[in-house]
Amino acid sequence: MTTFNLVESKLTPDTAVYDQVLPAGEGWLHPIRAGQTFRILDLEGNQAVDTLFYSADDFTERYSATETLKQDALYLTAGSRLVSSRGREMLTITADTCGRHDTLGGACSAESNTVRYALDKRPMHSCRDTFLKCLWQYEGGHARERRAVGAFTKRDITANINFFMNVPVTPEGGLEFADGVSAPGKYVEMRAAMDVLCLISNCPQLNNPCNAYNPTPVRLLIWD
Amino acid sequence: MTQSVHPVPPDTFLWEEMLPGGCHWSGLMRRGTALRIADTGGRANLSALFVRADEKLERYNMPDTLKAQHTAMLTRGHALYSDMGRVMCSITADTRGWHDTIGGVSTDAGILARHGAAPYQTHRNTMHRSAEDGLLIELGKYGLGVRDLMANVNFFSKVTVAGDGTLHYVPDHGAANDWLDLRFDMDVIAVFSAAPHALDTRADYAPGDVVLTAWHSGPADAADACRNACPENQRGFYRTDLLYR
Repeated sequence: MTTFNLVESKLTPDTAVYDQVLPAGEGWLHPIRAGQTFRILDLEGNQAVDTLFYSADDFTERYSATETLKQDALYLTAGSRLVSSRGREMLTITADTCGRHDTLGGACSAESNTVRYALDKRPMHSCRDTFLKCLWQYEGGHARERRAVGAFTKRDITANINFFMNVPVTPEGGLEFADGVSAPGKYVEMRAAMDVLCLISNCPQLNNPCNAYNPTPVRLLIWD
Repeated sequence: MTQSVHPVPPDTFLWEEMLPGGCHWSGLMRRGTALRIADTGGRANLSALFVRADEKLERYNMPDTLKAQHTAMLTRGHALYSDMGRVMCSITADTRGWHDTIGGVSTDAGILARHGAAPYQTHRNTMHRSAEDGLLIELGKYGLGVRDLMANVNFFSKVTVAGDGTLHYVPDHGAANDWLDLRFDMDVIAVFSAAPHALDTRADYAPGDVVLTAWHSGPADAADACRNACPENQRGFYRTDLLYR
């Protein structure tokens, strides 16, 4: 039995500078400043939160799954550093009451749903559709991040984090989609080491039993 | 160059090229051709990316490859998926038995920290090169760059995951003249860098050579073992075939 390193936060929602609920199937592209703390709260449990990060100064520097894995740990939890494609720390997980987050499973797409489940699943809503919609709509709320609409494209979608998802790898190299280890009210919290843009697709996957076929909302909070 | 190491049937032979350890290569591989990739010295690591030749936004996708086949490594029978639910290439034969999909690329900073400085001025073509450097140089030849550097395959390398999630690089994985056959199921630009694996802890910079032997394999037929390895692959190959109808 694997024991998780659970770390609770001292922050309380009443002091947050940002506090929003993101419904299932919705996207979110938002800046997080260096020094700010960002929390994702799993409101109803076992919701996959597909997440990518980009440097706010230069979006070609972005979260890299493989650079992050060079810490020799496959799963993310308290103490994990989220590392950029240039080998720099973007954020560090400072609190985690879930205990394990996936780095390999990636985001669902219309096309991968046809492969994984059935050819007729293509019309279903997917995380990559959400990512693409966020990327083309993004105009930037602050001067430093303001870029032309369309500057972000599919080219910038890489292997993402799935917060609250449990995708264990066996010693023999097998990949399993295990029952979730999250529950209502569990959260993961991270502090930004650089100004980043956070891209989230709150997963609409209806074909996978790991969320009981029921995508649910999450709550997003930021503290200065 | 004559055929070496593990010859293919002469009537299907196309070409052969040696890729020295530390160096990089790229080329257009058409649907129905294959590469026999041999690790002649037993110490090669071949970092690889794949891009669809006629639509470069379609690329090898590590998560989709792993999810479709419930695997975290690659060997015979596995397909390598693009992000568009199609099979870019597939492994039809393999004597090594495990190829890494999660270790990523060695970087210039990592190679410098592990092996020290060895620039061209003093080392000529035995200079130290990283896998990332080689991939980016080859990607650049097609107008691609850092935005196209995705999670890659590391042929011939083995990284295992313990129950607690700890990664372990296996330094003495395999033997000299191990090889695999990679069949191309789409028209693909293959991008290779034969530099050390990112997690290789051996002190000496001694990346192994790789021999590439290309031949006409023909596309996957209805009885193909990769196509029929699982229902997911049957759907993936079907979707790929639609591109070429």
